[in-house]
Amino acid sequence: MLNEGEIRTFIQGAVHYFEVSARQPVAVGSPYLITDGPPSVHEYTGVIGISGKRKGAVCFTAPRSMLMVLLMRMNETDTSEDNMKDLIGEVANTISGNARRDFGRDFVISVPTVVASDNGKFTPPVGARPFIIPLNWRSHSAKLIVCLE
Amino acid sequence: MNAVVPLKLMIVDDSNIIRRRIERSQQIDRLRVVGAAANGREAIELFERTNPDVVTMDLTMPEMDGIECVERLVAIKPAVLILVVSALADKATAVEAIAKGANGFLCKPFTDRQLNDALAELLQDA
Repeated sequence: MLNEGEIRTFIQGAVHYFEVSARQPVAVGSPYLITDGPPSVHEYTGVIGISGKRKGAVCFTAPRSMLMVLLMRMNETDTSEDNMKDLIGEVANTISGNARRDFGRDFVISVPTVVASDNGKFTPPVGARPFIIPLNWRSHSAKLIVCLE
Repeated sequence: MNAVVPLKLMIVDDSNIIRRRIERSQQIDRLRVVGAAANGREAIELFERTNPDVVTMDLTMPEMDGIECVERLVAIKPAVLILVVSALADKATAVEAIAKGANGFLCKPFTDRQLNDALAELLQDA
């Protein structure tokens, strides 16, 4: 289970990512705990497996429309399906990797896996209940899903 | 007047977006990109083929991770200059990369200016 300081680490990671990469701030909604069933996800989800002293996953899920604009903000002209998947994985990887500033090097992150789905649900790899951190950027909504034992 | 000797740059990252971003954003006149690799194994092959002077190196990659790749590249060419470009923000990882032979560390996400400043610093003694 995450404590307040740990949730703050992931919020700061998301805020920092958008500040630097998109050069536009992201608005963070109130984090909440999923108590019933798996969380719903958007069209693209980047999943980072966590092992070491903590176990679980960190996911960034976003709609195609948001990723398209984010790529353009990064001056990337190739908005192909492959680059959408690459971007969603890279966002998840960057936020997870930055979290090691607070969690330390025993917070071991995997390479990203990417799930593309229209109406999917994310099934957490561990028994811990997932925390959802809602993110709103321009007119788009995304989520950071943090599920750690 | 001394002519400026061009230096060959190889980019290693499993993200195509980051590979393209570094190639597009780097504005160091002396650097010429000679290729890009998506993992450590590809990087070794490309390195042996193109003999770069400078490498940007991700750490979290499939096949062979960046720390092992740094060690292998330095064994092949001790004078190579390696800038690690990684999201892994803990100090211990940066210290390990430097101990294995990297010359600098840039944390993702980065701005164009941060990338160019890091590359310029790397090349100060080249």
